[in-house]
Amino acid sequence: MGLKVENLTVYYQTLRGDVRALEHASFQLADGEIMGLAGESGCGKPPLGHSLIVLFPPMKYIAGRVEVDGEEIPIWDAEGMNTYRFRKISLIPQYAMNAMNPIRKIGKMIGELLEARGVDYKDMLPELKRRLDLVSLPHEVLNMYPIELSGGMKQRMVMVISSLLNPSLLIADEITSALDVATQKAVAEMLVEFRERQFINNLIVITHDISILYQIADSILIMYAGVLAEKAPTKSIIESPRHPYTRLLISSLPEVGVRFAEKRLMGIPGNPPLLLNPPAGCRFRERCPLAYERCLEEPPFIEVDKDHFVACWKEYENHAQAR
Amino acid sequence: MLRLDKVSKIYRVGAFGGKALLAVNKVSFEVHKGQVVSLIGESGSGKSTIGKMILRLLKPSEGKITYNGEDIGGFEGEALKNYYRQVQGVFQDPFSSYNPIFKADRIFRVVHEEFFPQVSAAEWGERVEKALSSVGLNPAHVLNKYPHQLSGGQLQRFLIARALLLNISFLVADEIISMLDASTRIDVLNLLADLKAYGLSILFITHDLSLAYYISEQAVILYKGNVAEQGAVEKIFNNPLHPYTRMLMESVPRLDRKWEKGVRLVDRDVENLRTGCPYYQRCPVAEPRCALSQPPLVEVEQDHWVACVHYESGADVLKPPALAG
Repeated sequence: MGLKVENLTVYYQTLRGDVRALEHASFQLADGEIMGLAGESGCGKPPLGHSLIVLFPPMKYIAGRVEVDGEEIPIWDAEGMNTYRFRKISLIPQYAMNAMNPIRKIGKMIGELLEARGVDYKDMLPELKRRLDLVSLPHEVLNMYPIELSGGMKQRMVMVISSLLNPSLLIADEITSALDVATQKAVAEMLVEFRERQFINNLIVITHDISILYQIADSILIMYAGVLAEKAPTKSIIESPRHPYTRLLISSLPEVGVRFAEKRLMGIPGNPPLLLNPPAGCRFRERCPLAYERCLEEPPFIEVDKDHFVACWKEYENHAQAR
Repeated sequence: MLRLDKVSKIYRVGAFGGKALLAVNKVSFEVHKGQVVSLIGESGSGKSTIGKMILRLLKPSEGKITYNGEDIGGFEGEALKNYYRQVQGVFQDPFSSYNPIFKADRIFRVVHEEFFPQVSAAEWGERVEKALSSVGLNPAHVLNKYPHQLSGGQLQRFLIARALLLNISFLVADEIISMLDASTRIDVLNLLADLKAYGLSILFITHDLSLAYYISEQAVILYKGNVAEQGAVEKIFNNPLHPYTRMLMESVPRLDRKWEKGVRLVDRDVENLRTGCPYYQRCPVAEPRCALSQPPLVEVEQDHWVACVHYESGADVLKPPALAG
């Protein structure tokens, strides 16, 4: 069993009260599953991704439990998490370009990181070199400063460092958004390769770019305004989405081959609600073309088809009728 | 309308400016009235440099940019102001385009004071509201607010509304939607397309091929400051010829096709390649002669230009070289 998240709720503390950034998130990842996490800005992607590894103020743990490989992870305990970070759960941060210490040679920095986790650098060196080969980086990088590497090289270096201790869960936060298309493709394929070689068990790819998830993810989780909207295998999300938000989102994506003169794409009218005081019931209600009275209550996140979870009353009713 | 004629830009780099970096190399193209031209390239391709030269934020090192036949380099004083009345730019990051201390609608007041001092405040207010409505904003919701109270999409549309108030005829749109969310993105794009229908010319600078294809008629593909391929958008997209364009089309993530597996990137060891094709280092189908001289831009079919030795006169366009070499 890979990752299991139950009823995870995380708020942001602000002077004007708690921002309800993530509420009642429950989902599971099967062994080896690569899950994409997508949604608009302010939908709760970072709170979900980060609370699994670094839950520091202003983030505030409210409720929920997280299990990795059947073992409960104390995400509310910043100190206690040190046992799990890097070894069990690891992160490739956004802006990986700036993630490395600029005044240490890369090899020395990795040595210090490993020492902090009680691992000997010399023992790891052969494996480290093998992995550098895998991402086509020369071994000399270990003797270089981060400034001597190009953006794509730094990104690959950080990927190697983050996955060095074979964590069970790796979280990749917007790692491809600053890269050129050719490098983007190479980096994305390397992540899949890491999974194939069992360096990592589960991978969560946080991104706003759904087309890249279509290329590498097994399943996609769509979030809206701090709650889960839909989770399904990648093919189902792209080809037969069920949540009205997912449907509108997918149909608003311009693709190679679509031209304005022939087909005018539509955006989603309105804006996401402010999470300081979100509306009761379904949070997509105000922008949803299908909304009706029942949407004043919060819809449950239920499995309507095999591995296909949706939080929408319409789907709930269709599903109840079908049974 | 706006024309670039063999424009180059050389930056001085290094500790004392001792080295020269050729950011843009002899780029020529033309934007007609009511036309959208996409400038496509990755980072370091010189696409933003070209936009800045058109807006006179940078001076071309060589070549000439003309607007309605006049060299824009010669504009000064009133003539320059008149140029800015017609040509404006909107940039990638809407948040850094505003001064966070002032309310966001200050940009409209500045335009009023600078360009239309004869217009009364009441009439100006009406014009601002009209411009805001035409970019799809509700004036009551967005006026009198600070930049941090507005979303990126709203701020970006503010900037477009500001450009509209000036009655511009040419807009340089530099990556204006890359910071926006998917659902707002398409709205801003549709807005540009609507403005185009009213006769606005747009230089659409982007790294995203699908956005370029959605909105433009003409495209210029840049690689390291050189034009790799240019011409009509359908021709480039349906029949990409330059190995670089093909690589781009191949690696852009799409929703209708999965990536081909196992395509290795080429990286030739070239020390200081001064002559030769700029794409030589990464080209999968390069030949020894490619390292010697830079191929000229040739017209392979009507309105479709390519700079690659494989398409020089005599080569058969219909049988492009296989990429899996």
